[in-house]
Parts: sequence; C-alpha cells; structure tokens
Amino acid sequence: MSDASNQSLYAPREPIYPKTVSGPFRTLKWRIMIATLAVYYITPWIRWDRGPQLPDQAVLVDLAGRRFYWFWIEIWPHEFYFVAGLLIMAGVGLFLFTSALGRVWCGYACPQTVWTDLFLLVERRVEGDRNAQIKLARAPWSLRKARLRGTKWGIWLLIALCTGGAWVFYFADAPTLARELVTLNAAPVAYSTIGILTATTFIFGGFMREQVCIYMCPWPRIQAAMMDDDTLTVAYRDWRGEPRGKKRVETAGDCIDCMACVNVCPMGIDIRDGQQMACITCALCIDACDDIMKKIGKPRGLVDYLALSDEPREREGMAPRPYWKHVLRPRTMIYTALWSLCGVALVFALFIRAEIDVTVAPIRNPQFVTLSDGSIRNAYDIRLRNKHGEDRPFRIRAAGDLALRAELEGTPYETVTVTANETRLQRVYLVAPRGSDPAEADVTDIRFWIEDLASGERVHADSIFNGRALR
Amino acid sequence: MSKKKPDVETTGHEWDGIEELNNPLPRWWLYTFYLTIIWGIGYTIAFPAWPMISGASEGLLGYSTRAEVAADIAAVDARNADVIATLASADLSTLSRDDPAYHFGVAGGAAVFRANCSQCHGSGAQGAMGYPNLLDDDWLWGGTLSEIEYTVRHGIRNETDWDAHYSEMPAFAEILSEEEQAAVVEYVLALSGQDHDAAVFGTGAALYADQCASCHGDAGLGDKFLGAPNLTDAIWLYGGSREAVAYTVANARFGVMPAWGQRLEEDEIKAVTLYLHQLGGGE
Ligand code: SF4
Ligand code: SF4
Repeated sequence: MSDASNQSLYAPREPIYPKTVSGPFRTLKWRIMIATLAVYYITPWIRWDRGPQLPDQAVLVDLAGRRFYWFWIEIWPHEFYFVAGLLIMAGVGLFLFTSALGRVWCGYACPQTVWTDLFLLVERRVEGDRNAQIKLARAPWSLRKARLRGTKWGIWLLIALCTGGAWVFYFADAPTLARELVTLNAAPVAYSTIGILTATTFIFGGFMREQVCIYMCPWPRIQAAMMDDDTLTVAYRDWRGEPRGKKRVETAGDCIDCMACVNVCPMGIDIRDGQQMACITCALCIDACDDIMKKIGKPRGLVDYLALSDEPREREGMAPRPYWKHVLRPRTMIYTALWSLCGVALVFALFIRAEIDVTVAPIRNPQFVTLSDGSIRNAYDIRLRNKHGEDRPFRIRAAGDLALRAELEGTPYETVTVTANETRLQRVYLVAPRGSDPAEADVTDIRFWIEDLASGERVHADSIFNGRALR
Repeated sequence: MSKKKPDVETTGHEWDGIEELNNPLPRWWLYTFYLTIIWGIGYTIAFPAWPMISGASEGLLGYSTRAEVAADIAAVDARNADVIATLASADLSTLSRDDPAYHFGVAGGAAVFRANCSQCHGSGAQGAMGYPNLLDDDWLWGGTLSEIEYTVRHGIRNETDWDAHYSEMPAFAEILSEEEQAAVVEYVLALSGQDHDAAVFGTGAALYADQCASCHGDAGLGDKFLGAPNLTDAIWLYGGSREAVAYTVANARFGVMPAWGQRLEEDEIKAVTLYLHQLGGGE
C-alpha cells in the first residue's frame, strides 16, 4: 500500500518516445498517411468548370454565397439535409468499423494520429530513434540540444502552418486566396483561422499527442459500447505468452518480456495488460512482436488482431475462427444496413432534385380579397430558385379549376426571369370570377406549374385557393 | 486476457477490501482549469459583469451592448443614406422597379405600415368595417401612386391639415321620409346587382337622381375626386346588406385618417406608398 500523503492528484505527462518499427501494419499506416494528407492538401486546388459566374473550384464551402460545391454536386442552404445525411453516414460508418475492427479510425485515419505520426517522423529524423531521444531529453541544455530542438520545432511549426493554411482554401478560391495571403490582403478571419489551426496543430501534434486521445477525445469513452467479444482488436494471446520471462525454461510461454511491444506504442501502454481505453489499435505492437517472434523462431501472432471470443478455442489448441465469421454478425449487418439505407436515400434525393426549385406560400392574411366586380382573389408568394449557371425565364401557370386566372405582380406577362444562381420571390395572384366554383367554395386544390422556357423542364407545387364560403 | 489485478497505485483508501485506485488527472488539465479561472476574473473586470444595486459594473473596456447596437444602427443608416435620399426625393410614378430604392421602399414601407397603419387597416392591410381594404381594386380617393401618396400625406377629414381629403354625406333621415329612404335603399341594391323590391324601383331611381347622383354619379359609379364610393361594385366599406345600406343612408358614415405628412419622414411616406401600391390593388 502506497503512502497517500505524497501522491499528487495531478500527474505530469510521462513523455513517450515510441521506437521505430517496420512491418506490414506500419507500411499500411504510411500509405494511409500519405493518402489522407494528399487528399487534405490537394483537394482545394482541384479545378472544376461549372460555367460562367460559378466558382471553378471542385470542393468549396462558399459561406458568403451560402452554397456548398462538391464536384458536380451543388448544395443550397435549403438542401442542408444532404450534409446532415452525410454526417449520419459518417457516424454510422464509424460504428460499423468500430464494431468490426475496434478503433481502426483512431489508429489509421484520425487527423490527430496522422499528424502525430508525421511529427514523430520529423522527431526521429532530427533527434534519432528512441534511445537517442531519451538521452537528449535527459542531457542538460547545450548548443547541440538547442540546435536539434530548434530544428525539430521549426519543422513542426512549418507543418502546422501548412495545415492551418490548407484549411482556409476550402472556403475561398484557392489561387486567389493564396495570392491575397502572400500579399497580406486576405480577410482577417483567414489569418486568424490559420493562426488558431497552426497553434492547435503544433501543440496537439507536438506536445499533447496521446493526451488528446485519452483525455480530450470523447470517442474512446463511447467506443466501448460499439465493441463486443467478436470485435477484432489488437490483443495479446496471454494463453500463449504467459508466464513470460527472459529465462527460457520448459514451462515458459512465448513472451520473452523484451518490451518491444511497449517501446513502439505511441500511446505508451502495455498491450499485455489487456484491452485498454488508450489503445488506438494501430497494430504497431503487432509488427514489433512479430519481428521478435521471427528472431526467436516462434510463429507470429503473439500480439495480433483477434477476437476475444476465440480465447477458449485457442486455449484448447484449435485454430481461431476465420475473420469473416467475426465480422459478419448481426450487429455489423444492422450498421451496414443503416448506412446503406442512408446512402441510397441520399443518392435518390440527389437524382430527384430539380434544377429549378419552387416553394409556394399562400398568403393567409387575409385569406382572400373580394374585388370590386365580386371576384375572389388569393395571393401567393412563389420562391423560385434557379440553380442553372445562367439567367432563365420561367413561366408560371396555375392548373386546377378553369375559372382561375393567374396574374403576376409587377409584370403584365406570365414569365419572370430569375438571375443565375439566385432566388426570386414573386407575388402571384389567382382570381376566380364571381359565381365560379372556386370563388363560392371554401377551398379548391390548385397546382402551380413552373416551366423553364429555356430547357422545357417543368416542376409543380400544390396549394389551395380560398373561396367565399371559407369562415 | 490477463486476469491479474491491474498494477495501478491506490490512494491508500480501503473499505471492506475495496480499494480506491489512483488514476490522477493530467497536470495540464489542472493548469487549464486555473487558466479559465484567471480568464474569468479578468473578463469580469474588463467587461460589464458584477450586478450592482442599479445596473452592473461597467468594466474597464467600457463595453456596452446598447452602444454597440446604436453603432450598428448608425452604420446601417450611413450605408442606406444614399438610397434613403433617392427615395425621399423620388417621383414615385417614374421610379423604376429595378431601382434599389424601390425595393428598399417596399421593405421599409411594410415596416412603416406595421407600426402606424395596421391598427386600423389590419396587419395584412385587409381593412375592417369602416376601414378600407387596401388590397382590393376599389379606391375611394384613387389608387395611383401619386393619389395614394397624397392620401397618406394629408389624410382624410382631419382638422390638422387643410389639404386633407374632405367629403361628407348628409344624413338622409333629416331630409327624406322613411318610405323615401327605403326606396333609395332598394335602388342602391339594384345598382349593385342584388335582390331588390322592384315595386319601389322607380321612386328610388327618381330620388337617387335628385339627392345622390351629384356625388355618386348618374350610374352610381362614384367619384374619386369627391371620395364618393362606387355603389355598383361588390365592395362596401360599411356593409352592402339592406340593413347596412339603410343605416348608411339614414345616418351617413365616414371615417377619419390622420395626416401622416406631419408625423412621418418624407422617405417613410414614399416607402409606405410604394408598399401599399404593390399590395395588389394599385392602379
Ligand atoms: S497497444 Fe499496440 S495497438 Fe494499442 S496503441 Fe499501442 S501500439 Fe497501437
Ligand atoms: S514484443 Fe512480444 S515478446 Fe516482446 S514483450 Fe511484447 S509480447 Fe512479449
């Protein structure tokens, strides 16, 4: 029992110096890192010709114009459900991957992991591997230490600056903004965004690392609910490894307690203690231990991606069940079904949405107006959105009872022109002559037909006509 | 999986064999907490925060939400100064619908209407008994832009503006006998195409020609110059039923409207005129 009086309730961070490792998982991680970083830095620079008056940037969040462009897809504010749908898909996708493969998102693709890995790479290039780093950390300040630290921090800062810098390009035309940034003409919000993101990248990737994953990120605390005994996750086959020991005796297990798995772990944990919240299933310990097993002539897989439900079988010397049997289980299938359902719905919504979009709001104050000749008039506010890249003439007509006649406020014609990529509010009146059915009834169903005279495309919106008998 | 006890230190507390593990929070967490406290104190010194007996402490930076709103309003006014000036001096009948001043006027006019006019004419401008509906196509004093502007500016039958529209119908109870009044009522009902008593049509027509035609016209079409309503249409300010018409003939009715020229700014009058004109009844 330790003495409570000299223990702090607040622990300083234990520095972690993960050792270099190589192996199939490390290679996979490098590839994913290159791919994700490339996507992040290159995406804003992809051009996409949308015609005149529209931005030619493939991916653009146009906050001022309230539009979101993604290659051939253009999202308007009223279509924000697309974004909501994508977020739901991202969430369910995360559930799916976690229930099948544990925290693979964390281990391979999470920005915190990717940038930390990049920072670690720099650290190793500048200061050397684990042992050299520990030595340097313990050494008193000297010119050499200052030079190494300075170089490391400098490169980190450069990466952080590029990271923050790349982010703002998603929100404005990249080449223009780049020129403005260099000539100090960009909007202050661009500089402050870059500043904040540079600072957070530098601090999170360079100094906080695993602290972000353990203490700041909510996901490790939620993910346990997504996982069960069939989840394939990084684990130690203690039935094979124990009792561990440096001395090779007959009864000993395969683990030689070489600490290779612990030394490579970027989270600073010992996977042999069992599943832990901090483990991001990056599998670097698998690579490290497989290397040791090869050297001592034992089969690989003392630390491995495995499902805990296989433990009893393996203790009896049987082979683990194949991976697909773990992956295909009701839970993952439900997640897959949900995910696909959402995806299909979004794709469907994408295909049925028209290039012109109309909403009709009947004016209810007053519900109708009696004109001097006794006819009944209703007013409607028709909102026309023209998503084409050019001005378009639209013809507005009402269908329903033949007695109804449509008039457009402010123009003697049936046709209005809506400017390219704009929304136009048009007041429309429907008049029913005295004695006609719609004028005398309480409500009559009507339908507005809006035809794009340039393309012949037609859309409709339904509404009602209030007659004299209402009230 | 290892089944051994995790080798985490305990705090030394133990109750009936249950030990409390010591999983200390990171120190930076603590420092972050201290920082937020310091920030919080600094904030309440710099900005208005502490409640006092009347109001709150002012804060060293002298920030005030009221001042900020006032500055915002001033900024908006400054930005709109041009368009307000254009509107105030515009000849509405030649103001183009594409002119920014037109849209500014319609939007601003709606606000002016809600604040000043909706009490009588209704929030949708639909009027009420005795208060004209401004959405329909029947205008007592004319519905062109300049006629509406004149009416807004000078009002109707008020005593504060000599240019106000003025008309007064006599109360025929003092002039005609009850039978005569009833005959006129039947004639007016006939004019507007409603069911009427054909037996007194002739008497009514003669009395109408004598007493009413000078204002309402021979055919009952009314006169916008005099503010005399059209009696042949379906719109009745005080109701078109036999009883309502009879009451109007006997007692005469007319409303009063203030002269808004004395209360509103020039641009506000223009704005509310534009707003009213585009409501659908403008001529
Ligand atoms: S224990 Fe292994 S899998 Fe888990 S974080 Fe450490 S190295 Fe990665
Ligand atoms: S790397 Fe393998 S052998 Fe070495 S300590 Fe870890 S589990 Fe044991």
